Amino acid sequence: MTEFARTVNGALRRVPAWPLYIIGAVPPAWLFYQGVAGNLGVDPVKEMEHQIGLLGLQVLLATLAVTPLFKLTRINLVKFRRAMGLVGFFYIVCHLAVWLFLDVQIWSQIWADIVKRPYITIGMGAFVLLIPLAVTSNDWSMRKLRKSWKTVHKLFYPAIILGGVHFFMLRKGIQLEPVLYLLGIVLLLGLRLPFLWRRRARSGQTIPREAT
Amino acid sequence: MGYKPFYTRDDVTPKSLWLNRRQIFAGAAGLATTSMIRPALAQDQGLEPNTLEEITNYNNFYEFGTGKEDPAEHAHMLTTDPWSVEVGGLVDNPGTYSFADLTDGMTIEERIYRFRCVEAWSMVIPWNGFELNQLLEKVGVQSGAKYVAFETAYRPEEMPGVRFPVVEWPYVEGLRLDEAMHPLTIMATGIYGEPMPKQNGAPIRLVVPWKYGFKSIKSIVKITLVEDQPPTTWEKANAREYGFYSNVNPTVDHPRWSQATERVIGAGIFASRQETLMFNGYDEVAGLYEGMDLSKFY
Repeated sequence: MTEFARTVNGALRRVPAWPLYIIGAVPPAWLFYQGVAGNLGVDPVKEMEHQIGLLGLQVLLATLAVTPLFKLTRINLVKFRRAMGLVGFFYIVCHLAVWLFLDVQIWSQIWADIVKRPYITIGMGAFVLLIPLAVTSNDWSMRKLRKSWKTVHKLFYPAIILGGVHFFMLRKGIQLEPVLYLLGIVLLLGLRLPFLWRRRARSGQTIPREAT
Repeated sequence: MGYKPFYTRDDVTPKSLWLNRRQIFAGAAGLATTSMIRPALAQDQGLEPNTLEEITNYNNFYEFGTGKEDPAEHAHMLTTDPWSVEVGGLVDNPGTYSFADLTDGMTIEERIYRFRCVEAWSMVIPWNGFELNQLLEKVGVQSGAKYVAFETAYRPEEMPGVRFPVVEWPYVEGLRLDEAMHPLTIMATGIYGEPMPKQNGAPIRLVVPWKYGFKSIKSIVKITLVEDQPPTTWEKANAREYGFYSNVNPTVDHPRWSQATERVIGAGIFASRQETLMFNGYDEVAGLYEGMDLSKFY
């Protein structure tokens, strides 16, 4: 553990996680206000839908980065991980709500869209996978599920891959931005592969060779 | 033959009134009153064109970036004067025409058209332009020609968006000759009586109001009369999603989204979707597709 990591961890010990929930509630509220006030350009519904969806993906990516960050730098953000995951999930719920109530609005068409359009099917799949994770993100569930809690929360990996694919598919043509997100997801998942860390233990490297 | 456009100058809301309406909206921000909500069904009469601000700040012009605001931000880099268009293929008078030569002697008129994007949003735009058939007459279409192929400028030094292969550059499009000759099909050179804004395809672009927006190719540098159906950019990118014809058709779904309804740009966040009309409401073109299965020739 480096001196820097020790300092950061020491400082974070005094910081509670609960303010993240309050801070996390600000962006959707602000976005909705901006939409109503007419400050989101000429297509505010799409703007809200896209901004909150992307923000959700970003927060969930940050949640996914907690473990690799700890493995590589020993900086420990595990205490904040639950709040990060739940805030990210909340943004995805908002994203879905905008799509349902402001964008499509027509229930028959919504169901048709979910069934017929692969990118929506995939996005919906990602959301469905996140539901059990959100529901069990509390101490009581952790106690109840004991060992299987960890297994259940491995659903996060397929969920975030589906989220990244959803983003890639909904853009017309091949666009750079979603490709970068997909690469980030692959990198953060790849850093979890056990063989990287076994090799590290043998050779005494602090950074896995494959990730540089 | 004379063609009388459905909408006239009288149908355009004066800009001053628009500004007033916007101010009312701004004042009503936060109060979701019914006055902010447009009727769910399109009404032919009293259809209001979008504001110039909306028309010029919400574009797909991928040569300048894939964001809707990117063209407004970057299109100023495009040199539109001088401008020349290379006319070739099966024509009597091929050659490189300057913008002035090409538009010389053309009757510029106003056409207020619905504009329906394949992404299921729509606007109403008061174009200025002339019928493409006038131009085709001028260059002399030879008898073997069955299609018209178009090409957009490709200038990496002026177009930041072409650095990434979102689609294959340059952007190309095409029409069947009878579609190109139809009086509704225009070469547009302006909007709201002002020269065409760069982000909207300056100095000259195609407008085919009964087809999805991407068919109305921008900033044209090449027009070629050909015998065989020419390739089009979006068809090359994804033939399953974008066909050659791409007529606005609420009964033929795009694989990614339903085409039955559309979001009206500028209607605010609580507006309902509007039903999409067959041929975008331009029924007079139906004859062009008689006997064709439009779900096959999408």
